[in-house]
Amino acid sequence: MIDFRMPSLGADMEKGTVVEWLKKPGDAIARGDVVAVVETQKGAFEIEVFDAGVLREILVAVGNQAPVGAVLARIESIGAGVPVGAEVPPPAPPSPTRAPPVALKPPPAAPSGERLRISPAAARRALELGVDARGLRGTGPQGAITIADVEGAAPKPSEAPTPPRRGFDPSAMRQAIAAAMARSKREIPHYYLSLPIDMARSLEWMSAENARRDVEHRLLPAVLLLKASALALRQVPQLNGFWIDGAPRLSQAIHVGWAISLRGGGLMAPAIRDADRLSLDQAMAALRDLVTRARTARLRGSEMMDPTVTVTSLGERGAESVLGVIYPPQLAIVGFGAARPSPAVVEGRFAVRPLVHATLSGDHRASDGETGGRLLAAIDRLLQTPEAL
Amino acid sequence: MTAAPLKITYREAVKQAIREALARDPRVFLMGEDIGRYGGCYAVTKGLLQEFGEERIRDTPLSESAFVGAGIGAAMAGLRPIVEVMTVNFSLLALDQIVNNAATIPHMSGGQFAVPLVIRMATGAGRQLAAQHSHSLEGWYAHIPGLKILAPATLEDARGMLWSALQDPNPVLIFEHVNLYNMEGELPSDAGAVPIEGAALRRQGRDLSIVTYGASLHKALAAAKQLAGQGIEAEVIDLRCLRPLDDATITASIARTRRALIVDEGWRSGGISAEIGMRIAEQSFYDLDAPPMRLCGAEVPIPYPKHLEDAAIPQIETIISAATSLVRPS
Amino acid sequence: MTAKPHLDGAHARRLLGQMIRIRLFEEKCAELYTRGKIRGFLHLYIGEEANAVGVMEALTADDSVVSTYREHGHALARGIAMGPLMAEMYGKANGTSGGRGGSMHVFDRATRFYGGNAIVGGGLPLSVGLGLAERMRSGRGAAVCLFGEGAVAEGEFHESLNLAALWKLPVLFVCENNLYAMGSAIERTESETDIHRKAEAYRIASQRVDGMDVVAVEAATRAALEHLRAGEGPQFLECRTYRFRAHSMFDAQLYRDKSEVERWKERDPIKRFADWSVAARLLHKTDIADLEKAAAVEVDQAVAFAEAGDWESVADLGKFVLMDKVPA
Repeated sequence: MIDFRMPSLGADMEKGTVVEWLKKPGDAIARGDVVAVVETQKGAFEIEVFDAGVLREILVAVGNQAPVGAVLARIESIGAGVPVGAEVPPPAPPSPTRAPPVALKPPPAAPSGERLRISPAAARRALELGVDARGLRGTGPQGAITIADVEGAAPKPSEAPTPPRRGFDPSAMRQAIAAAMARSKREIPHYYLSLPIDMARSLEWMSAENARRDVEHRLLPAVLLLKASALALRQVPQLNGFWIDGAPRLSQAIHVGWAISLRGGGLMAPAIRDADRLSLDQAMAALRDLVTRARTARLRGSEMMDPTVTVTSLGERGAESVLGVIYPPQLAIVGFGAARPSPAVVEGRFAVRPLVHATLSGDHRASDGETGGRLLAAIDRLLQTPEAL
Repeated sequence: MTAAPLKITYREAVKQAIREALARDPRVFLMGEDIGRYGGCYAVTKGLLQEFGEERIRDTPLSESAFVGAGIGAAMAGLRPIVEVMTVNFSLLALDQIVNNAATIPHMSGGQFAVPLVIRMATGAGRQLAAQHSHSLEGWYAHIPGLKILAPATLEDARGMLWSALQDPNPVLIFEHVNLYNMEGELPSDAGAVPIEGAALRRQGRDLSIVTYGASLHKALAAAKQLAGQGIEAEVIDLRCLRPLDDATITASIARTRRALIVDEGWRSGGISAEIGMRIAEQSFYDLDAPPMRLCGAEVPIPYPKHLEDAAIPQIETIISAATSLVRPS
Repeated sequence: MTAKPHLDGAHARRLLGQMIRIRLFEEKCAELYTRGKIRGFLHLYIGEEANAVGVMEALTADDSVVSTYREHGHALARGIAMGPLMAEMYGKANGTSGGRGGSMHVFDRATRFYGGNAIVGGGLPLSVGLGLAERMRSGRGAAVCLFGEGAVAEGEFHESLNLAALWKLPVLFVCENNLYAMGSAIERTESETDIHRKAEAYRIASQRVDGMDVVAVEAATRAALEHLRAGEGPQFLECRTYRFRAHSMFDAQLYRDKSEVERWKERDPIKRFADWSVAARLLHKTDIADLEKAAAVEVDQAVAFAEAGDWESVADLGKFVLMDKVPA
């Protein structure tokens, strides 16, 4: 049985109305016979058939409308030509491999107040230099701030990297973070890895150790994470160092920048120098000292410049994991989430264990995930034998 | 080794290029209105009829569509026609052939036929020829995929672009600015073909990039010279080729100067200057220290009297003032 | 019917076979269009077959052809294989233009078939250039330009006839006068409806031919080419013909009477020539049935060829916009 369909007579024809049937069920039909008349927006068309046979059934009665491709009648075939694929107009177009369509978003609402008039180049330069352009007077077209205006307001290169010795200006710090993080995200192709680490052994060993110590000399989980990270970097040195002038420059020394969030807002990551060579007690002392001085703005400039890698630990009240942004020009940042009792499989059985999500953000220009994975695995191994740290 | 330089006009340089092409390649012939006995409306082809004969220097009737289309047909059949259209305004009578045939047939035929055709035409204002002989419509043609659009502004390019255009398998339109024909300068006596892609940096500078082509190039260079006296160093880019546009040269220049001034005799609205400006916005946005600026032809049909014609197109003084306002806004 | 003394059985079979191939191909195209396999504008040649077959029969491989958007018949008669032609209708990569042209833009380098030109009148200047190239290289070929009577109102018609005549170029202009420019009857578009007289105004030798008579068309073409090849300059044929079907698929034919179509169908070039060939004992009735069968098989194979074709890769969208080199 052949379907006699509403023909497609043009790309702009979507439907037609049957105004006349010239054949009735039972009639013999020859190829080329006009069997129906269909009214369209361009007028009435006589519709011919391309098959021979007997008209068996009319499905769309006179006066009714049908879309292109709808079956108008059925014809019992007598002989057929070559099959012409699926007879379903409109045709299936080739499925082009095209880029996904760009979503049309409504334009962002205009910010309240006056928009800063700054040239695109000057805006980018201000970000690089950490200059707050809001206070600047523009000398460009229509009073816009130009590159020259920004560069004139930036600290001279000799003084720029030295952090102020006392009295942090929160807005200046925000600018510096903005500049560094924006540069990182702009320039560094990050890759991210994570590995849940069972902390049961480390924490048990630490509790036992702390039970023997007075309050002042007790250890914190953070120092185990610090030390394990530093020792792991000895095994995987490809992640310790800098990306300079288009190439990685690895560092022999392992100076861990320890991320410290400040109470007034903001963040810094001063160095714990040679962290891999410090005993746990030394590392613990260095950590306490650093946090105290950071929070009272008494860091030395060199401590800010020295880190060869950054470690950030969110502490017990933090989030489960952190995907850090690399501090340029470093090559990696290691992150630790909060240790939480979590379901784990131990020796083939479910058990509740204190898990920490260790993460690594690596600079993909300098290393690949395989290398990064080895670092996380090394940290895991080291934390399973805390007594050796 | 470079041969001794000769003093030569732009007109003569174009003629030498045509003569060389006719002598080197028997498939080359010239066709157009009054190019033979008359010697060419702008005297570019004077003497060629005597030298090469009627078979290869063909005076045509005033039938732009027929003889441009005949050029397309002859090119598809293997010849290398050079078709001269008297001015860009007259080329509109052949627009069907250029846009619907020359630009489409290679693609429409699935690459079976190429159209290695060169069409030369005069363009631009400055000869007091009023509104049907003075327009700069090359930007329109630069809109059309399938065409290559050249605008030789120097003697080297006038002399050297034609041969390269004839070697190109695509239809190439060469726009010769009427005000350049009398320009005189020195050219090595053995000057030959030059590449027909890429812009040229005609002057280096620090403070702004002037992007231009055709006769405006020389105004821009003169303006740059005067600006230097005021401490403003302008870089001057000669586009040379309006399709395809050389984005790399423009963006590299703006990365240095951070400011762009586009100078174009054509109209501003929907013109080639708009295209260049938008590409700068797309590709050089974060290098810009000031909004891109345009200096274009006034939006009027080019008028006849000298003072109004002068006022209708960019001049040295207006380029200087635009450049100054861009670099040193008051 | 003009009797041609030299027509033998093989010749008659060739002429009839070509007309039948075109007819069946076009009918299949109409069917495929209604099924959505062919899109865009589709202009069918049914009723006009004698013109293409008569003209092409007289040509040699040296001649070049410039055609219109109603060119399937011209293409088939010129020798373009039916498979790639059908694939071009589909827009497939195995079409004559890789699918880029479609129904209106058939090109074929091997048979010197220069389109498939869908700007009415736009092909005439091209043919002048092809004739010019032939002349300048002292070739033997002619540029044959087919166009409808609608093109006669275009300036390019007059410019081209003038230029070809002025330079005495070997161009054969063939006007297929089917009496309607789309839906505009010739009386409504031309002050002079005897088209061949316009050619005479340019001092071009011209003939009016019965475009429903394949033998007459062939004979007129041969005569014109003889003059042309003798260096007498361009020639002009006006073939009076008629299309039995609508201008394109989506055309309700509001502009002409059915009775007019029926009257012309009585002069169907295929039936007329078939009957005459049988009466003249050049062909037997079974020959005709064989030709129809062979053409139907060929059409089926062409459809299968088109169906089996791939779509051109979207990655190649920009291919051939600019050419890397001139094809050898």
